[in-house]
Amino acid sequence: MEEKLDQIKQQALTALADIRQLDQLEEWQVKFLGRNSRVMGVFKSLGDLPQEERPRVGRWANQVKVTLENALQEKKAELRQEATNRQLQEETIDVTLPGRPVRGGGLHPTTQTMRELYRVFGDMGFQIYRSRQVETDLFNFQLLNFPPHHPARDMQDTFFVRSEADRGENPLLLRTHTSPGQIHAMREITDQYPEDPPPIRIILPGMCYRYEQITSRSEIQFNQIEGLAVGKGITFGDLKGTLSSFARRVFGQNAKTRFRASHFPFTEPSAEMDVGCFLCEGEGCSVCKGTGWLEILGCGMVHPTVLENGGYDPEMYSGFAFGLGPERITMMRHHIEDIRYFWTNDLRFLEQL
Amino acid sequence: MKLPLSWLKEYVEIDIPLEELAHRLTLAGLEVEEIRYVGWSPPRSKGTQETKITGFGWDPEKIVVGAIKEVRPHPNADRLVLCRLDDGEEEHTVLTGAPNLFPYLDQGELDPPLKAAYAREGARIIDAYSESDQQEVAVIERREIRGVESYSMACSERELGISNDHEGIILLDEDAPTGVPLADYMGDAVFDIAITPNIARVANVVGVAREVAAITGADFQFPSLDVKMEGPEMEDLASVEIKEPELNPRFVLGLIADIERKPSPYWVQRRLKLAGIRPINNVVDATNYTMLEIGEPLHAFDYDLLVERAGGEAPTIITRRAEKGETLTTLDDVERELDDYSVLVTDTQGPLSIAGVMGGAETEVNEHTKKVLLEGASWNYINVRRTVKSQRLSSEAAYRFERGVHPALASQGVLRCLEWLRKWTGGEVARGLVDAYPQPFRDPCVKLTEEDVNKWLGIQLSPEEIAELLRRLDFSVEVKDEELEIEVPPHRLDIGEGMIGKADLLEEIARIYGYDRIPETNLAAELPAQKGNPALELEETLRDLLVRMGLQEVVTYRITSPASENRIFPAGKGWGEGEHVRLANPITDERTVLRRSLLTSLLDIVDANYRVREQITLFEIGPEFSPREEGNGLPREKDRWAVVMTGLRSEVHWQEGTPGNYDYYDLKGVVESIAGELHLGDLSFAPHQDPRFHPGKCARVQVGEEYLGVIGEIHPLVRENYRLPDTPVVMGELELDILVEHFSRLYEVEPLPSQPPVLEDLAIVVDERVPASGIADVIRETAGELLADLQLFDVYQGDQVGEGKKSLAYNLVYQHPRKTLTDKEVAAIRERIIKNLDKEFSAYLRR
Repeated sequence: MEEKLDQIKQQALTALADIRQLDQLEEWQVKFLGRNSRVMGVFKSLGDLPQEERPRVGRWANQVKVTLENALQEKKAELRQEATNRQLQEETIDVTLPGRPVRGGGLHPTTQTMRELYRVFGDMGFQIYRSRQVETDLFNFQLLNFPPHHPARDMQDTFFVRSEADRGENPLLLRTHTSPGQIHAMREITDQYPEDPPPIRIILPGMCYRYEQITSRSEIQFNQIEGLAVGKGITFGDLKGTLSSFARRVFGQNAKTRFRASHFPFTEPSAEMDVGCFLCEGEGCSVCKGTGWLEILGCGMVHPTVLENGGYDPEMYSGFAFGLGPERITMMRHHIEDIRYFWTNDLRFLEQL
Repeated sequence: MKLPLSWLKEYVEIDIPLEELAHRLTLAGLEVEEIRYVGWSPPRSKGTQETKITGFGWDPEKIVVGAIKEVRPHPNADRLVLCRLDDGEEEHTVLTGAPNLFPYLDQGELDPPLKAAYAREGARIIDAYSESDQQEVAVIERREIRGVESYSMACSERELGISNDHEGIILLDEDAPTGVPLADYMGDAVFDIAITPNIARVANVVGVAREVAAITGADFQFPSLDVKMEGPEMEDLASVEIKEPELNPRFVLGLIADIERKPSPYWVQRRLKLAGIRPINNVVDATNYTMLEIGEPLHAFDYDLLVERAGGEAPTIITRRAEKGETLTTLDDVERELDDYSVLVTDTQGPLSIAGVMGGAETEVNEHTKKVLLEGASWNYINVRRTVKSQRLSSEAAYRFERGVHPALASQGVLRCLEWLRKWTGGEVARGLVDAYPQPFRDPCVKLTEEDVNKWLGIQLSPEEIAELLRRLDFSVEVKDEELEIEVPPHRLDIGEGMIGKADLLEEIARIYGYDRIPETNLAAELPAQKGNPALELEETLRDLLVRMGLQEVVTYRITSPASENRIFPAGKGWGEGEHVRLANPITDERTVLRRSLLTSLLDIVDANYRVREQITLFEIGPEFSPREEGNGLPREKDRWAVVMTGLRSEVHWQEGTPGNYDYYDLKGVVESIAGELHLGDLSFAPHQDPRFHPGKCARVQVGEEYLGVIGEIHPLVRENYRLPDTPVVMGELELDILVEHFSRLYEVEPLPSQPPVLEDLAIVVDERVPASGIADVIRETAGELLADLQLFDVYQGDQVGEGKKSLAYNLVYQHPRKTLTDKEVAAIRERIIKNLDKEFSAYLRR
């Protein structure tokens, strides 16, 4: 009987080995493990065997059955695997063909830089204050300590909207800097609280205009972000500390700064802040023109005349102001050598940023 | 301003490397842009250079002072001569074609000899004949020229990198020591310093020397004002009358007689050239030299011509305002018509010069001049400035006067210049000066405390330390207990009185103390109330939303031209005269007015890009300007947002067919999405007529009853104006303030329904002229709150619905918040909808 069982097993396993398709397995299963299969026949005929042989044959038959069942499962798994492999093979694509384009919009590079600056100064408590672009000479110049005919006006060539011929010494003009907003902002507060006005900490972003030829290095319009802090006990040391913090936030925690004496009519003392070139780390490169330093911003303590024009008593209050150009920072960072790229808006430029 | 170091060293000792000096001057506000070495060898650069270093060094072995003892003709060439030259070691024969040697030809042994810059065989000089912009170096080699051997040469200024002059060889002053290396005799370095308006006082050698002394702690020596005066009494020779002392606070005259007009000594010419001024003759050079040296511009008149004008009498000089329309021919031979803000120097016969700007042609010093009347004055800077602007006339004198020159310099300048004139022209100086100073300038006196310095600068300095810093800049300081009394020295006009004077002095203290030594601190002052900026915040949200919808932000020029603004209208239409804010002083015809609309800006950008991109979707947020005045008398500025979409709806991809073009509904979708994201509420679109847009594809957009903007496809004729391809361009311009007004963060969230919805499709047939929004409105109104969603999914026109009809197919989603709707309930609603549509539009269900 055992021999017969082994024979059955052998026959079944041979037949199984030949099977190549999943659907043939069922047929095999019916034939070798089904109700009418020979193995099951052995179980059925166990009763015909002598009492003492039954357990042994029974165990033997059971072993054969389990072996075949396991073999079936194994085969099934193997064929499934093969089928899957075949299917995957057929589905293979050329992964090097171009992907489907995703239409991503983008922010103008200036906006990106301005937002970064809003965030950095915002964290230091500077709120955003905006004011108009067509201004009067009074607000753009005179109240900022540029008297009529003052030589410092040469530094800011101006587009006039209505000339002196029409309006005497207060012509209309396109603002040359966002500084008129300093006076507007101070007056808004001091008009409301003339006695003991609360402090100010603002940045003033926006488009400014200069009477310039449009070239790769000069533009008729550019954005500016100015800052103004007015309060009691604000020192030049605070100015240095605040602006160096700003530089480290924007240009990296290792950024070095230095302050050079300079001149702006609306600040005294005035300074320019340079940042150690973040591209060459002070080794000298084409962006810093081999100097190792980049001019980043102009700044200074608010001139007493300006404080007074804003309604703050310069004996009691002090403050600092600064101004920088988001386009210039963008240009330095990305090595952009033509400032006209910003307003020409060639998509091949904008899409890179 | 260009400043030769040799000159500077006459008044201050410099014992630190030049690059270090340049660095310290730069930090103190005198930005040194360049150091140009002239003869001294430029240092080898290592690492970064703060200041641009240029220049050319002379080999001390090979370039020396030579003495030309004889000039002989060249045997074979008329245009060359041979010089017998002693270089301190031996005599050489040197060939040259220099025209300035020809006067000495065949004169035998020259006594004294001519001193020249002699370059030996193998010397490196600059190739004077190179076409290149860069200086090219040449080495002197032995060769034969027209049968005579040549191995060395006498150099021109161009060959030594002093100036561009190559008209002749350098002829040094007689006392130049033969055989000495030229670099030791006259090597130099020129500092080029950028002068901001507040430090115009240092636009001269003495001014910079004073700063150098203050910064480095070295001693400063003011030039001597001694003049050997041996002529007649000056007060008998001329008189001065000042009509308006506010315009002319001081006027000083001096005189020198018996002058010989000739070229200045070579060292003077060399310094002037290094400083960027062309030498003319000893008289003009003396005025320029003195101006560069101490900062007082001077003017020289031919005295005899003035006497002649005065009918042989001693002339009276009168300064006064010009009469409007009065004319004067200036030195440059231009007849100038003057305004009444220009100030004139005149005599009894009429104008002589424009005060502080330029002299007149008639009385200028000429080859016959024997007596020079020298003017040093002080003028109101505003009048000088206005004159310079209106006459479009600038000069070294005007540059200084329009920035302010201290009246004390007037007499100093005249004295210093008279002595130079005496030395260089051999003349005799009249005794004394005529000095009209009707309103002596009162130099401010400022009080300052230790506490002020601490409070403003954040540094602790003792009164003595503060005093010391200021004294280095010539301030006289008296320390009285806590308070310092500071007198401003009589060469500065930039220090004010009171609080302003304090701030001015704080800058001087900080500058000399060193900005870099002031410790950095964090703001300790009170933090102001944090208000935010809701309008800007919304604007930034809008930017993010538009970018998320795939649009690219652009920022465009706000200054444009009417022609460019009108390109967005079909021919014959456009903005009228006076509808733009116009510039009074445009630079070009292309930029004369401020834009009225963002749409033209965007179309310009489409125009600039359609050749490189098949898909263009852009937006801009920014102002438009209208001449309509606001309450404050200023033009109206209004922020808007604008969108343009044109070309392929998506980029071409190899797997897909060609995508369709953007159309009106793409743009409408953007606007609807924005309104949805910002929870604006009730948005509506109505057909609209605008000449810029296609009459059948344009809508007026409203939020509730308020105008939000206009959107549509641009008129095909406009597309032609821009020569854009035959593809629809859709664009819209919308108000920003309406968004700010209607935007709300406080919108409600619907609870999630607990019951399943009932879905239903309805296809409605209606006359084709009925707007879809009308059908949708009736469905919504009829179904009421149970209708959770309504989507139009198909629009059909054709045989199946008959001529003049269209079919609109909708998905309806019914939802009751608490229970499951039955078929019966839904059927009842459906019937009411059909009835109402029939009543309103004669619409019926499609079978």
